[in-house]
Amino acid sequence: MRTNNEPVHVQELISKKKQSKNLFLKFEKAIPIILFLIASVSVFTTIGIIYTLFSETIEFFKQVSVVEFFTGTVLKPLSQDPKFGVLPLIMGTLTSTVIAMLVAAPIGLMTAIYLSEFASERIRKTFKPLLEILAGIPTIVYGFFAFTFVTPLLKHVIPGLETTNILSPGIVMGIMIIPMIASLSEDAMSSVPNAMREGALALGATKLEVATRVVIPAAFSGIVASFVLAISRAIGETMIVTIASGSSKNFTFDLTQSMQTMTAYIVEVTGGDAPAGSTIYYSLYAVAMTLFVFTLLMNLFARYVARKFKEEY
Amino acid sequence: MAGAMTAIPQAEVKKRANIEVLRTLEQEKEVVFDTQNLNLWYGEKHALRDINLDIHEEEVTAIIGPSGCGKSTYLKTLNRMVELVPSVRTTGVIQYKGKSIFDKSLRVEELRTQVGMVFQKPNPFPKSIYENIAYGPKIHGIRNKMILDEIVEKSLRGAYIWDEVKDRLHDNAYGLSGGQQQRLCIARCLAIEPDVILMDEPTSALDPKSTLKVEELIRELKKDYAIVIVTHNMQQASRISDRTAFFLDGEVVEYDRTDVIFNEPTDQRTEDYINGRFG
Amino acid sequence: MKYVDAVQVQKRMNFRLIVNTIAKIIFFLSTVFGLVVLGILIYRVFSDGIGWINMDFLTGKLSTDPEKAGILGAILGTLWLMVVVAPVTMFFGVGTAIYLELYAKKGKLRSFIQTNIANLAGVPSIVYGILGMTVFVRALDMGNIVLAGGLTMSLLILPITIVASQEAIRAVPNHLGEASYGLGATKWQTIKNIILPAALPGILTGAILSLSRAIGETAPLVVIGIPALLIPFPGSIFDKFTVLPMQIYYWTLDSSLVEEYAYLASATIIILLLVLLLLNTTAIIIRNKFQKRY
Repeated sequence: MRTNNEPVHVQELISKKKQSKNLFLKFEKAIPIILFLIASVSVFTTIGIIYTLFSETIEFFKQVSVVEFFTGTVLKPLSQDPKFGVLPLIMGTLTSTVIAMLVAAPIGLMTAIYLSEFASERIRKTFKPLLEILAGIPTIVYGFFAFTFVTPLLKHVIPGLETTNILSPGIVMGIMIIPMIASLSEDAMSSVPNAMREGALALGATKLEVATRVVIPAAFSGIVASFVLAISRAIGETMIVTIASGSSKNFTFDLTQSMQTMTAYIVEVTGGDAPAGSTIYYSLYAVAMTLFVFTLLMNLFARYVARKFKEEY
Repeated sequence: MAGAMTAIPQAEVKKRANIEVLRTLEQEKEVVFDTQNLNLWYGEKHALRDINLDIHEEEVTAIIGPSGCGKSTYLKTLNRMVELVPSVRTTGVIQYKGKSIFDKSLRVEELRTQVGMVFQKPNPFPKSIYENIAYGPKIHGIRNKMILDEIVEKSLRGAYIWDEVKDRLHDNAYGLSGGQQQRLCIARCLAIEPDVILMDEPTSALDPKSTLKVEELIRELKKDYAIVIVTHNMQQASRISDRTAFFLDGEVVEYDRTDVIFNEPTDQRTEDYINGRFG
Repeated sequence: MKYVDAVQVQKRMNFRLIVNTIAKIIFFLSTVFGLVVLGILIYRVFSDGIGWINMDFLTGKLSTDPEKAGILGAILGTLWLMVVVAPVTMFFGVGTAIYLELYAKKGKLRSFIQTNIANLAGVPSIVYGILGMTVFVRALDMGNIVLAGGLTMSLLILPITIVASQEAIRAVPNHLGEASYGLGATKWQTIKNIILPAALPGILTGAILSLSRAIGETAPLVVIGIPALLIPFPGSIFDKFTVLPMQIYYWTLDSSLVEEYAYLASATIIILLLVLLLLNTTAIIIRNKFQKRY
């Protein structure tokens, strides 16, 4: 307790402190501006990405024609007579993505249906964190797994399989994106109002019928969005394909062969110490630009679909 | 423009009616809040229409009316909390001790330091009981530990909760019961010694026993503070208030001494509402 | 005449229920599939790698000789990387979240920034690597040091940190802020003393999860050009460095040349997974401990 017994007058104390407040008030006014500058970092990141990719891509197209790049089926950057056709890379990217989706779409969707429509609360609560663990495994670990486990395993079934091939990383990439499809689709399904389910159940429908005829149609755009996002993720995935699919720039439909994706090409070129200013160096940006545009369109499409979905109820 | 032309005489009539009421009361308590022709819009929605009200010192003023009638909005206008809603627009005058609260030279923080508020749901901070009370003085620059100790004790005593919490001042405030939490919030408000305390349905989330305790507290507090209380509970209004304003559709239908409002209201709508015919 | 034939319905019903049960089993097996693979992966990595983990491995220098190789350099590199990434992402992530949730007016600017963040979250990590290589390593001439790698990683995880922080701030009930304003507190006082402390557990959980993403990420660092093997231990953010995932990458690539490298990669994966497990457990503990307080 204070020694003098005079009561404290808070308002007086407050008004005494007021003078020292002026500096603080200036600070208070500056805060929104400071925070805005901080927030603009994300905008500058986008500008930075687009600017670097764009400016160097233009340099590339001064040396290689646009037509050759987008229609060429031969990619031989290091040969005496270099060829810069991007199609082998697009082929590799699309092949691995299709394989991944063939694995992930059905399994992910069925997982989502199970968790959303069949599983008890307890099972759901056990399985969802486990799937999150699967989603949290670094891609480099999946790459290691594809290269040292899945490829040797597949060789028993397909003797002609090369040590580096597009099939094995495709499958492993599929496993990697199962949790993504499962969790996004499950979100879409569980936001379907229960009244819709109950309506069907009351007519004597089985849970399967409710799932396929009521829930999936209602959550359809959410499910589509999850597929599109998964595709975008697969297109941009780097380490699995770099490790397990090698660097042959084959333009082929043969899944047992090594094929290079756009991402793996970028890794190869940057790892190879291509001198700045060379055509190879610029080709890296042209490929990255293609990759960027692909994934951006996918993401925009996914969000467009998802937004339409939200308006339905 | 045409709408405004017809609105003015109506407002004039009401203002005159209010002035007449006031004349009979003038010799009594000093006016702290003087509201003149207050209009308020949320975006396009006209939420308050031509409000004219006086709030007096050392009195409890109750504001009653059905939900959505603008009573909470009016309360929140008095300390400008209503401006936290981005689309709000006001016209008219509110004078606090003779000075407009919308005046540019008066900062909202200063106004709110003198006009405290207690909310519908008890909303202590997720901090200790002590820190909850000391928060107000601290943000206004009072850092002396001994002074803070004194303020905390005085405020908790003022809210009649000291004996219940004095042994656990450093426990989290969420360990208290709902009624205790609300009295803690009142104590928190007392800690900065405001002149006016605004209460927005302070007992609506409480059980009957806690409600009675808070009501008792309000009756004690009016010796030192002007209190404005919004309530949907008419018994409460008649129990604790000196004056009562009846709001309907954003307008003041009737404003008078509480006993007048409850015993011989002049407006049919007031009578209907008080007798539970609507609302 | 009745339109519904009860006998027919009964027959169909049995069939429908069988289909329902079969479907349920298939769906369940699908759910388990991912987890089985996870089990195989973990079993495989542990059985290969656990025998290689000992003090020499944890404290040794990088080496081409598998018997002598250690990963202390990579562990230190990962730690130094976090020294850059953690404060930078927290500062910009939380700052942006505060701006968007508490200051920015609803309108074109806010939705533009918000859309931009959503798009950035979908940009492949390797593109961030190219940005980092072009801007930090080459244009700003930092070279492939911890700072350059850390800033690149920060930009990569910034979108998820922002979104997580926004959710944490949004979860703080309005009435806490109102109570503070009602006492005459200014906006920044209210944010600093009430809103941020209340949102902190959520923000931390999100930040830790984004950090664990940065720890496991490889592609941007490959592009930046983190050297293979044999570099001195990093001692500051201005040194060259390597990290655990990079070590796994090089050892996996070279495992076709030297068989033991595959075991070293497994051993390193175990360490990496343990680090991630530790981080995620911390995040879950924070989340559970501070849940539902108001």
